[in-house]
Amino acid sequence: MDLTGADSAMRGGDIKLGGLHVKKTLITTAIATLALGAAFASPASAQDKIGACLITKTDTNPFFVKMKEGATAKAEELGIDLKSFAGKIDGDHETQVAAIETCIADGAKGILLTASDTSSIVSSVQQARDAGLLVIALDTPLDPIDAADMTFATDNFKAGELIGQWAAAKLGDDAANAKIGMLDLAVSQPTVGVLRDQGFMQGFGIDLGDPNKWGDETDERIVGHDVTQGNEEGGRTAMENLLATDPMINVVYTINEPAAAGAYEALKSIGRENDVLIVSVDGGCPGVQNVADGVIGATSQQYPLLMASKGIEAIAAWAKDGSKPEPTEGKDFFDTGVSLVTDQPVDGVPSISVKEGMDLCWG
Amino acid sequence: MSEPILKGRGLTKRYGRVTALDRCDFDLMPGEILAVIGDNGAGKSTLIKAISGAVTPEEGDIWMNGEKLRFTSPSEAREAGIETVYQTLAMSPALSITDNMFMGRELRKPGVMGKWFRQLDRPAMEKFARDKLTELGLMTIQNINQAVETLSGGQRQGVAVARAAAFGSKVIILDEPTAALGVKESRRVLELIQDVKSRGIPIILISHNMPHVFEVADRIHVHRLGKRLCVINPKDYTMSDAVAFMTGAKEPPEELAAA
Amino acid sequence: MSDNVTTKDNYESASNREEKLAEFEGSKRGLIGNLQHWLHQTPAAVPLIVLIASILIFGVLIGDRFFSPFALTLVLQQVQIVGIVAAAQSLVILTAGIDLSVGAITVFSSVIMGQFAFRYGLPPSVAVVCGLIFGTLCGALNGFLVARVKLPPFIVTLGTWQIILASNYLYSANETIRAQEIEAEAPLLQLMGTKFQIGGAVLTLGVIFMIVLMLVLAWVLRHTAWGRHVYAVGDDPEAAQLSGVNVKATLMSVYALAGLICAFAGWALIGRIGSVSPTSAYEANIESITAVVIGGISLFGGRGSILGALFGALIVGVFSLGLRLLGADAQWTYFFIGVLIIAAVAVDQWIRKVSA
Repeated sequence: MDLTGADSAMRGGDIKLGGLHVKKTLITTAIATLALGAAFASPASAQDKIGACLITKTDTNPFFVKMKEGATAKAEELGIDLKSFAGKIDGDHETQVAAIETCIADGAKGILLTASDTSSIVSSVQQARDAGLLVIALDTPLDPIDAADMTFATDNFKAGELIGQWAAAKLGDDAANAKIGMLDLAVSQPTVGVLRDQGFMQGFGIDLGDPNKWGDETDERIVGHDVTQGNEEGGRTAMENLLATDPMINVVYTINEPAAAGAYEALKSIGRENDVLIVSVDGGCPGVQNVADGVIGATSQQYPLLMASKGIEAIAAWAKDGSKPEPTEGKDFFDTGVSLVTDQPVDGVPSISVKEGMDLCWG
Repeated sequence: MSEPILKGRGLTKRYGRVTALDRCDFDLMPGEILAVIGDNGAGKSTLIKAISGAVTPEEGDIWMNGEKLRFTSPSEAREAGIETVYQTLAMSPALSITDNMFMGRELRKPGVMGKWFRQLDRPAMEKFARDKLTELGLMTIQNINQAVETLSGGQRQGVAVARAAAFGSKVIILDEPTAALGVKESRRVLELIQDVKSRGIPIILISHNMPHVFEVADRIHVHRLGKRLCVINPKDYTMSDAVAFMTGAKEPPEELAAA
Repeated sequence: MSDNVTTKDNYESASNREEKLAEFEGSKRGLIGNLQHWLHQTPAAVPLIVLIASILIFGVLIGDRFFSPFALTLVLQQVQIVGIVAAAQSLVILTAGIDLSVGAITVFSSVIMGQFAFRYGLPPSVAVVCGLIFGTLCGALNGFLVARVKLPPFIVTLGTWQIILASNYLYSANETIRAQEIEAEAPLLQLMGTKFQIGGAVLTLGVIFMIVLMLVLAWVLRHTAWGRHVYAVGDDPEAAQLSGVNVKATLMSVYALAGLICAFAGWALIGRIGSVSPTSAYEANIESITAVVIGGISLFGGRGSILGALFGALIVGVFSLGLRLLGADAQWTYFFIGVLIIAAVAVDQWIRKVSA
């Protein structure tokens, strides 16, 4: 799940003023139509090829750009005709529905989908599966997860766990007296945010209480939770709020790297940037660069390109002999992997260097 | 008989196929109150708009003091000295009396503050506004900075008239000044009109209210079918005569009929 | 022309006469009526009272952690972007318009400043000027469509909001320019983030800019003809036109100025978050409208004080920080802001009835 900003739509960005939604739909439909037109303009031999669709939340976010790159490269390699669709902003559900319908009508063999609305999209997905298409959820599991044939995603809990373990190990004995600030995504507690948050706590050695929500922990080391909308501005404000609660916070968990960059600015403004440990999740190139510069101590890197290319392979296999991809053992989805990126490795927590991280980063 | 201060000849204005003004003539004598009456749709509001610059007639000319003028906007007419008090009063209700009086012709402070920072000269504007209202006997309005919307209908009309009379205007047009007012306030506005006249400013009064017209007007311009039907002296005719001319129920006497 | 009216008025001599000729009585009013009139004349009073009251209440509830120079100036820092944008929004709303594109202009201007400096290697000062010009042009486009083409402001800015935001993403490719790079190569972009420490209080240049901007605009609106015209146009555009106000030029200048102010907000945004991020200031349009409404400026135009918008932004900031320090769920902030919005509009309606 990527959170580089477009997720700020989650709180108030999704504004319903007057006929706005209608307008949005019009615009996004227009965009989708254009995308479709562009797709038709590609190879004339398309008729004979296996068709596949990639439907992302937006087409401006680097995370999805990378995803599209991975899918396009793999599709070319396997001779698959790929059509890409995207909503204009995160949360644009209608365009995704329209895109699924278009793919069905187009006779595609499969759909790779990062859903904006994980439960509402289910009926459209079912329609596609009934029509014989393989539907693979990328990055974001549907609700319920088995509504799609398979999910190719980052294990967000694991991503959180890695940075939690790293932070605890880095502090050593001081971990027992740590003061932790939690910079989460949005007040609605979206699944991805909960998984990373609770994973971090698990890794750090904090009793989770209910693992399906944050804020119910009783551990005194937690100074507080605040929300960032996953962007710099939100990260800074949330950090300031937590610092006003307790200025001696020394560990900061952040939902993603832009939020971490904002938190760093807040710490810098009170001169504490060097004695606070910031950890994050994502592995975007600016984020990894921030690890190199010491802004972020460690970040868990996810691999959108891999999700997409694996997805295309799965569709090819499905078209060839009707075989469906298998989930990773012990999980209900296919784990595309996550690596801890840091130049300060600790014992017992596997990690890759910043240099390796840079080679694998997206955006 | 002296020359008219304001004279219109052959004014024509068409809206599509409708001829609102049909070679209309018009005369306003110095120092008089000229009432313009006419049935709805007779074209009197188009006539007034032509004089106040809100519409530009396609044919015909307007002279003021013998000088030929052509207006393409109300502000041009205003610069020529023709002030109009619209039925809506054209005031900004939330703004103060002073602000409204000076809207569009504010005074700036002398020196650097006025020239470079464009600061308004509030004390001067307030003094001027107070003086003008005092002249017209409107100073029961205690606070010159109170918002116009806190005034009664008659007080607002008073401020609008004071604004029209304040800036050295040569002609004042009053459009239905008593239409929205009660008996008591109408009376005061009529007194105010007399008062303005006594300062030598000629007034064009558009009204549907015959008693008011007959009370204050020196001459009455009867408008019918887009042109001047006749001009009558209220002393020589009754209100029912006027209404009869206006509606076409009665022909005006030969000698009064316009060319 | 008008500058010498006082000297050439012709009727001064006639003023010594009976003054009873045509007078109109004022009416008596009670305590509540007096309050209503006072609020009518001092529209920023209500939000100021609410602001002070909320600071006192949170101060009592939370104690020193809130009632400290550090926390109170932190509120200023947190609201600076919304505050600056609210200044632009106030101008537009005073003309009975609305500007939904303010946030988009803000973020795109900051992206222009960043990308012009980094992608094209322009000197940072030139890049900043380009960003400011860009913001002004965006505002001027809004102004042109509203004043000349006579489209409703809501629709115009709904359109330009989408257009500018989409262009922003397309142009920037959603690429963030990191704080460390800016600091090393173009520190001027972060100028607005420059800090001043006075005891425990921390102010940034952006905060000072916001306050000075508000004071200057309050003065201009009150003490220049242009300012009075802004109110007159918002109050009743036809009346303003008939009174000799150039309504089109006034609207045009208001929207263009709003765009310029948003570009400054974009500059301040870089100072605040350190980096240039195309996904920031996403909700600035709604947040600024919230501040303006809570600040007692009427959405119907022509009424209210721009200082009210500053107080409105600060009220939101005080509530956000205060409730967080109380440990309340962040949802309560939105809850109370909703209550404040409705209360503010109700008070506005009541004050308007003063005329009846």
